[in-house]
Amino acid sequence: MSTRLQKGGRLIDRSKPLSFTFNGRRMQGYAGDTLASALLGADQMMVGRSFKYHRPRGIIASGAEEPNALVGLGEGGRFEPNQRTTTTELFDGAVTQSQNHWPSLEFDVGAINDRFYRFLPAGFYYKTFMFPRFAWKHVFEPIVRQSAGLGKVPTDRDEDRYEYAYGFADLVIVGGGIAGIAAALAAGRQGRRVWLIEQTAHWGGRAVVDGVQIDGQDAADWVRDSLQALESMENVTLRTRTMASGLYDHGYLLAYERVADHTPGDGRPRHRLWRLRAGHVITATGAIERSLSFAGNDIPGVMLASAVRDYVVNWGVSPGDRTVIVTNNDDAYRTALALLDAGLVVPAVIDARPSAKGELPEAVRARGVRVLEGKGIAKVKGGKRVTGVSVCIQAGEGAELESIACDAVAMSGGWSPVVHLWSHCGGKLLWDEAQAMFRPDPARPATGADGAAMVTAVGAANGVLTAHDILAEAHAAAGGKGAAPGAVSAAEAPMMPVWVMPQGAGPKLRMKMWLDPQNDVKVSDVQLAAREGYESVEHTKRYTTLGMATDQGKMSNINGLAVLSDALNRPIPATGTTTFRPPYTPISMGAIAGEARGEIFQPLRRTPMHDWHETHGAHWEPVGQWRRAYTYLRSGEGVHDAVNREIRAVRNSVGLLDASTLGKLIVKGPDAGRFLDMLYTNMMSTLPVGKCRYGLMCTENGFLTDDGVVVRLSEDTWLCHTTTGGAERIHGWMEDWLQCEWWDWKVYTANVTEEYAQIAVAGPNARKLLEKLGGMDVSKDAFPFMEWREGTLGGFRARIYRISFSGELSYEVAVPASEGRAFWDALLAAGEEFGVTPYGTEAMHIMRAEKGFIMIGDETDGTVIPQDLNLGWAISKKKDDYLGKRAQERSHMVDPDRWKLVGLETVDGSVIPDGAYAAAEGVNANGQRNVQGRVTSTYFSPTLGKGIAMGLVRRGPDRMGEVIEFPVGGGRVVKARIVDPVFFDKEGGKQNV
Amino acid sequence: MSKAVSALGGVSHKGFATVAEAGLRGMITVRGDLASAAMKKAVKAATGTAVPAQRRIEISGDRAAAWMSPDELLILVPYEAAQATVAALEQALAGSHHLVADVSDARAVFTIGGARAEEVLMKLCPVDVATLAPGEIRRTRAAQVAAAFWKSGEEEFTLVSFRSVAGYVMGLLETASRAGSELFLA
Repeated sequence: MSTRLQKGGRLIDRSKPLSFTFNGRRMQGYAGDTLASALLGADQMMVGRSFKYHRPRGIIASGAEEPNALVGLGEGGRFEPNQRTTTTELFDGAVTQSQNHWPSLEFDVGAINDRFYRFLPAGFYYKTFMFPRFAWKHVFEPIVRQSAGLGKVPTDRDEDRYEYAYGFADLVIVGGGIAGIAAALAAGRQGRRVWLIEQTAHWGGRAVVDGVQIDGQDAADWVRDSLQALESMENVTLRTRTMASGLYDHGYLLAYERVADHTPGDGRPRHRLWRLRAGHVITATGAIERSLSFAGNDIPGVMLASAVRDYVVNWGVSPGDRTVIVTNNDDAYRTALALLDAGLVVPAVIDARPSAKGELPEAVRARGVRVLEGKGIAKVKGGKRVTGVSVCIQAGEGAELESIACDAVAMSGGWSPVVHLWSHCGGKLLWDEAQAMFRPDPARPATGADGAAMVTAVGAANGVLTAHDILAEAHAAAGGKGAAPGAVSAAEAPMMPVWVMPQGAGPKLRMKMWLDPQNDVKVSDVQLAAREGYESVEHTKRYTTLGMATDQGKMSNINGLAVLSDALNRPIPATGTTTFRPPYTPISMGAIAGEARGEIFQPLRRTPMHDWHETHGAHWEPVGQWRRAYTYLRSGEGVHDAVNREIRAVRNSVGLLDASTLGKLIVKGPDAGRFLDMLYTNMMSTLPVGKCRYGLMCTENGFLTDDGVVVRLSEDTWLCHTTTGGAERIHGWMEDWLQCEWWDWKVYTANVTEEYAQIAVAGPNARKLLEKLGGMDVSKDAFPFMEWREGTLGGFRARIYRISFSGELSYEVAVPASEGRAFWDALLAAGEEFGVTPYGTEAMHIMRAEKGFIMIGDETDGTVIPQDLNLGWAISKKKDDYLGKRAQERSHMVDPDRWKLVGLETVDGSVIPDGAYAAAEGVNANGQRNVQGRVTSTYFSPTLGKGIAMGLVRRGPDRMGEVIEFPVGGGRVVKARIVDPVFFDKEGGKQNV
Repeated sequence: MSKAVSALGGVSHKGFATVAEAGLRGMITVRGDLASAAMKKAVKAATGTAVPAQRRIEISGDRAAAWMSPDELLILVPYEAAQATVAALEQALAGSHHLVADVSDARAVFTIGGARAEEVLMKLCPVDVATLAPGEIRRTRAAQVAAAFWKSGEEEFTLVSFRSVAGYVMGLLETASRAGSELFLA
C-alpha cells in the first residue's frame, strides 16, 4: 500500500495538515501536497476508471503528463470536472470525486466491458453500430452516451472571475528548471526584459530531486540563490503557476496563470490568461518520461520511475514497501537509490539491456539490489493494485522465469523532450536514434517576422539530458557572458529502445499492453489499425483514439508511433509525430472568456435617454450593440397593445422616438459632392444647402446596403444619416474608398453619431409642441418639408430636420448628447397637454410599413437591388457612374422576372407570417413546391384595422389585384391580394402640412 | 450649461487603483494637413501647444492637442470652451482643405489613479504600458471597445472612450481594479 513516510518531503509542511475528501471519504494531506501526493499518502492508489473498459486506474505520473488521475473538483459553482490531481495543489476542504464509473469506483458495472474487450477493438464505433440503421439512434447511441465521457458537466453558474493581462518582453523563458533559471540569469544580467514562467508552484524542476550538484552546491541551494539574484533584477519578471499554453506567430505567447486555484474563494480572479508578446522564446520545458509497454502496465501501482522518486523526495510518499524497477536506461536507477535512501525495499531492477554496468547501476548493485540484465516484465499481477511481476527475457515471448512479489512497479522507457511550444508555430523535429526521441531540429525552427528563429529549445526540451550540458546550453542560448554554471551528475550509459516488452510477446500479452491508458488504446489496437490499412499517423490517431485524451498522449504517444512503424515495417521518422497544437494542457473556458461575463460580457451601447427608457417600461430590442425600446409597456399592458397605443398617439396627436442611434457621418471637402455622387445612387452634389434628400447606397455588386437622409450643411459639407447598424460599417466603407481607391480626392469624413441625441417629434401636434418650446420658426412656410434649420429650441442648441419616416408631420431634432436627456424631459413636459407619447421601434416599423417605406434588413437581404424595390426614382439617370451601377445593368439584374416589391393585403384581413413564401405551380428538381415570392414585412396595422404586408413577388407590380397563396404550414393557406405598397395617405398630405 | 451631463455623472470606484469618470471635456476632431503653417497656427491658438508628432499628446494646462492619425488631431479644451474653439479653428483653417467637428458630447473620459494604475490598463489594453513615454498617447482598445489613453499625472492615466459605451468601460475598469487582483507582488 502507498503511504506517507515518517520523514522527508521537501515540498510539504508537516506542521500544516489539510483535510479533504475523496468520494466522500475524509483524508488528510499537508500544505505543499498535490492532490495526487495527498491521495497516495492516504493509500488511495486507485483513483478512477478508464474510458472504454472501465478498468481500475491509478496515479502514474507526477506532472502534466498524467493520463489517469483526473477528478471532479469542488462543488456547486466551483465544480470542475477532469482536474488533473498531479498538477492540482491541495487546499483545505477540497472536495474531490473520481470519474467514469457507476455506481461506485470500487464496484463499476461498466467494468463488464473489460471482459468483452475482444468486441471493442480499435474503430469499434465504426464497425459495430452500422446495422441495423435504426438501432444507432434508438439503441446504441443512448447506451454509448450513458457510458462514455469522463467528468460530469457542471450545472451551476461559475462563481469565479477570470481576466486577461497583456505582457511584453524581449525574452520569455518557459520552464523554471535549472535550464530556464540559467538562461534567465544570463539574459537578466544583460539588462534584457525577461519573463521566466514555471507551470508548477516550485522552481528547480528535476535537478533538485535528482541530487545534482551545481557550482559546488546542492541543486536546491543553487536554485534558491539564483532565484534571489533574479528577484533583485528589475528587468526580470518571475511567475510560478503559469503554464505556457501556446505559441503563435510574431512571438505571441499565451500563458495560463492559475492565480487562485489553490486558494478558492479568496476573491482573486481564479485564472489569468497572459497574452505575452515575446521578442524571442526559450523553451526550457524539460522532458517527459515514457512508459514501457508490458502486459498489465495499467494496473494501479505501476508508475513512472521519475514520478516514484518525485513522490518520495518531494512529498515523502511511498508507493509501497516493495517497488520493482523496470527500465531500458540508467536514469531509472536514481529511483532505486531514492527508494533505498527512504528505507524502502527494491526487490530487483529489471533492465531490458543485455548489460547494465554504468555508474548508477553499479551504485545500486553496491546497495545489495539484484539487477536482472536482459530481462523484462512478462506481465504485472494484480487487479485493483499491483501484487507482483512475472519476469521474462526481453528477447523472448514472455515465458515466466520467476515471479517477484511487490507493491509497485517503477517503469522507465526513456525520455521524450517537451517539444510542444517549439512545434506550435512550425518548428520541426528530428529523430535522435541514440536517445530514441524526437527532438527539435535547430536547423528548422519556427521563424519570426524577420525570418530568424523565434524559438530556441534548451536543456532536456532539446534532448540534452545531463545537468552539466543543460546548463552550458541554456547559458549560451541566452547569450550569457563568461562561464556557465557547472554541474556534476552521474555519468549515464546509453539507453536501448524498447517498444514492446518482451519483444516477441504474443497477441494475448499485447492485448493487455496499454499505450493510452485514458482512452484505452493498446499495442494490439495500433497493430490492428496497421493491418486494416492505416498508414498515416494522423489517421491512426483518430481511428484508435491514441493520444486523443485530455493528456494528449504526453507520456506514451511515441510508444504508439514506434509500434505503428514496426507494424508497417518502416523507420520511426518515416511515421513522424501527430501535430502539436495548443493548448499544452487544457485551460479553463473561463480564462478564455477573460473578464467578459455578466454586465461586461459585451459592450452595451446606451443613448443619453437610455435610463429614462429603462425606468419607463422599455421592452428592449437589440440593434447592433445598442438597446432600443421596442415599445414602452405600461402597467398591465401587453406588447401588442402598447405598440397599437403608441401608433394611435402618433397618428392622432404627437409621439417621440429616440433616434439617437442613427449613424451620422460628416463628409467634407472640395470633392465631397463628387464622392457622394459615387456612393449614392442618386445625385447629392446638386442638393441645395439647407435641404435634405433620401439616398440609397449599393455595393459594387449593385445590392442595396444602406439608406438614409443626406443633409447639405454648407457649400462643401454634407451630413449622411445611416441605419443604426450601418454607422461604423458605412464610415469604414467611405474611408476604404477614400484611402485605397480615390486617395487623391480631397474629402474628409468624421463619424459624429454619438455627438447628438436625436429625437423624432412626429404627429399632427408636432409643430405645436415645438412652437411651445419656442425659439425657432417651425411653420410650414418658414420651414418646408425636407429642409433643415439650426437654432435654439427651448434653450437647447438644436438642428432640426423636417423629415418623416412615419408619414406624419415630423421633425427630427438633434441636440448635443450631453443635453439629450434634459431635452427629452423638456419635450415630455411641454407635450403633456397633447398627451405626448414616446414610441418604440415597432411602432416606427409599422408606421413606415403603412407608408410603404422600405427597411434595410427587412426588404433587403444582400440580394436585392433598388430596382427590385421600385426605387428607380432614387437612381440618377444623369450620372456616368456610381457604386453598383454597372452591376445593375447585368442581364440577370434587368430580368423582368425578378421578384419586385408590392403590398400584400390578406383577403380575410389576417396577418401573414413573416417570411412566408408564395407558392407557384409545379415542383422543382428536389420535389419542392415552386415559389414566386415572399413576405418581407408584415404587421397588424391599427390605423387600418387589418393585416398589411410587403413582399417581393415575381413581376409583382404588373400583377396588381391578383390573389396569390401563401402556404403557412399545417395545411393552412393564406390568400393575399397584390396591391400598392403604400397603404396609408398615398398623397403624402399628412407629412406635408 | 447645467443641462449638459456626462454619461455616468462622475461615478468612481476604489480598488487597488481609483477609477473615475472625469466628467465633460471639450473635444474637437481636426482633420487636415498637419504639416501646414495654417495648422500650426490654428493649434497654437486653440491650445497653446505645437502640433503633436506621431503618437504624441502636447499638453498645456487644461488644453491639449493629441495625434490621432497622419491627418487627424484631437483638440482638448474645457467643455465650455469647445464651441468658441471650433469657430476659431474653422476660421484659422479657412481656405485650406480641412474638417473640424465638435465631438465633446460623443465621448466619455475616465481617470485611473494610484501607484498601480498601469496594472488596470495592462488587463484591458494590448499596450506595453511600462514603456509608454511621457507625452505619448495610445489609440488602442479596452477589451472590446475603442479607447485612447495617456499618462496625465505622476500616478494617473486618462482614458477616453465613446459615450455610448461609458457604462461598459466603467464596468471594465471597476472589475480590473478590484483589490486582490493586482498583477504584481508589492
